[in-house]
Amino acid sequence: MVAYLVFFACVVLILGVLTLALNLQWGFTGLFNAGVVGFYAIGAYTHAILTAAPQPQYLGNFGLPWLVGVVGAMAATALAGWLIGLVTIRLRGDYLAIATFGVAVSIQLVALNWEPLTGGPQGLTRIGKPLARLFDTPFAFNLWFLVLMLAVMATIYWALDRVLMSPWGRVLKAIREDETAAVALGKSARRFRLEAFVLGSTLMGLAGALYVSFIGFVSPYDFLPIVTFQVWAMLIVGGSGNNRGALLGALVVWAIWSGSGVAVTKLVPPSHAAQGAAIQVILIGLLLMLVLLFRPRGLIGEAAVVSRHVND
Amino acid sequence: MIQPVIGQALADGILTGAIIALGAIGVTFTLGIMRFANFAHSELLTWGGYIALVIVAFAGPGTPTGPLSFGWQLLAAALVAAVLTGLAAWGVDVLVFRRLRRRGAQPLTMVFAAFGAALVMRHLVVLVWGHESRFYTRELQMAVELVPSVRVLPDQIFILGLALTVMVALQAFLTRSRTGMAMRAMAESPALAQVCGIEVEAVVRLTWIISGALAAFAGVFIGLTPQLHPEIGFNLLLSLFAAAILGGTGSLTGAVVGGFLVGLAENLSLLVISPGYKGAMPFLLLLVILIVRPQGIFGERS
Repeated sequence: MVAYLVFFACVVLILGVLTLALNLQWGFTGLFNAGVVGFYAIGAYTHAILTAAPQPQYLGNFGLPWLVGVVGAMAATALAGWLIGLVTIRLRGDYLAIATFGVAVSIQLVALNWEPLTGGPQGLTRIGKPLARLFDTPFAFNLWFLVLMLAVMATIYWALDRVLMSPWGRVLKAIREDETAAVALGKSARRFRLEAFVLGSTLMGLAGALYVSFIGFVSPYDFLPIVTFQVWAMLIVGGSGNNRGALLGALVVWAIWSGSGVAVTKLVPPSHAAQGAAIQVILIGLLLMLVLLFRPRGLIGEAAVVSRHVND
Repeated sequence: MIQPVIGQALADGILTGAIIALGAIGVTFTLGIMRFANFAHSELLTWGGYIALVIVAFAGPGTPTGPLSFGWQLLAAALVAAVLTGLAAWGVDVLVFRRLRRRGAQPLTMVFAAFGAALVMRHLVVLVWGHESRFYTRELQMAVELVPSVRVLPDQIFILGLALTVMVALQAFLTRSRTGMAMRAMAESPALAQVCGIEVEAVVRLTWIISGALAAFAGVFIGLTPQLHPEIGFNLLLSLFAAAILGGTGSLTGAVVGGFLVGLAENLSLLVISPGYKGAMPFLLLLVILIVRPQGIFGERS
């Protein structure tokens, strides 16, 4: 049970990084990224390619240290986010959603088909884990990974808090609320949007690197569009525009997902595993719609921010 | 040697194009009249296909008529599926989208709701039928050689004819009937349409029913050539969006032309890229349209 809770907490924290990243893009900047899983995949695969144990049939598998993989994953995703942002950032609302959705589909196809680099349908194994040699049981490693994740999460949470309170963060919100006014004040909406998009993408890449270095292998089937919809459900259930809400959403949605998964494996015979999995997805879809209908601000909505000079 | 290969790709492209066009009409209507990108639209194709499957399971696909692999029963099943899918589309609107609309929700909130609706609709199909492929009929069919080296199935030619008939009928309805004109007016300007005394909710209802019905036809046609599985709709989602945006949102002609262009582009691209990347083609096309001509071929710059 404890072992499962540790595992569960690690996954929630990784998904929490994804949700915080999406919250930066959507919650604070109003960028409708429907291709979250694509950036997650770039981070995951870059880390895998850089750190996996060398094998002659693959182009990558450089066997580099874990930290190099993580930094490389963030750099690669930042670059991808910048390139994709350059082309798509001027699109509004649902057009940006459709375009980024297409980006994610295409990235997954590359992962599935470019076998010499990505391992194709089999994916890559023996991926660099942080300090794995020091821990001889899986449980000890997971416990260490949980500590690491807590530290990573605390850093990201604190940094995002600072960034969003800074003048830069206030401009993001200004653009989200009233672009014309922000532009009239001399802010380049396009530049700030692109910066927020790249920063968010970088964090998604980090989440991908953390995920594969936690489970130790990468498979293209872990990066299907459903992941994007799950992360969106987390953000909307928790409350977009609020980082605590984003984390709470990640916890709640993943608890419902895993809980229903456990219930399904107990109640549904293995011959009907597909149906059981379908029930899990239906629950997430229903939850998303019910929150939108009955609690549109999410569990913890965005807090009203009043200038600290209001009483001056 | 190259000529026949291109011929076959053109033929395949036109056939897939007809199916994409039928689906894209609904997408373009929701974009134009309801003003949001309905990510759940592709699931209406799947529902249409499976509803027809239920009917065929009871009535049978009929004895093969002439060169076709099915009889009139399958056509009747397609018609019933179209009506039921239209009603289902309207039902989703009543349950979800209309409530959000009445609350004055942002169009993007509708898109989030569509994410949820799509997940539920697709996986309800998995829940009932599982992931296995399903067939309307097990009849084997011989391809016929239209021109040297270009082979198509008689079913496909029939589908193309039927799809074109449906599109022409819809075009006549939109341009000749009062209700059709009301729909076009809503797509042009909802506020102005309302001022002119158009009943918005009635138009919205009709839009869903027509979109659902056309999606069902597309779904049945996919199922006929040759099989159904729970992701037939979802796999086409990007193609539908690409076709609708390529044509210009809200435009029927645009969606039809866009559908054929996307179908052709997907199949012609197979001459140069590996089939594994076919799914990325509508995205690349979409990207080019959004950069070069975001209002689409038949759209007007707003």
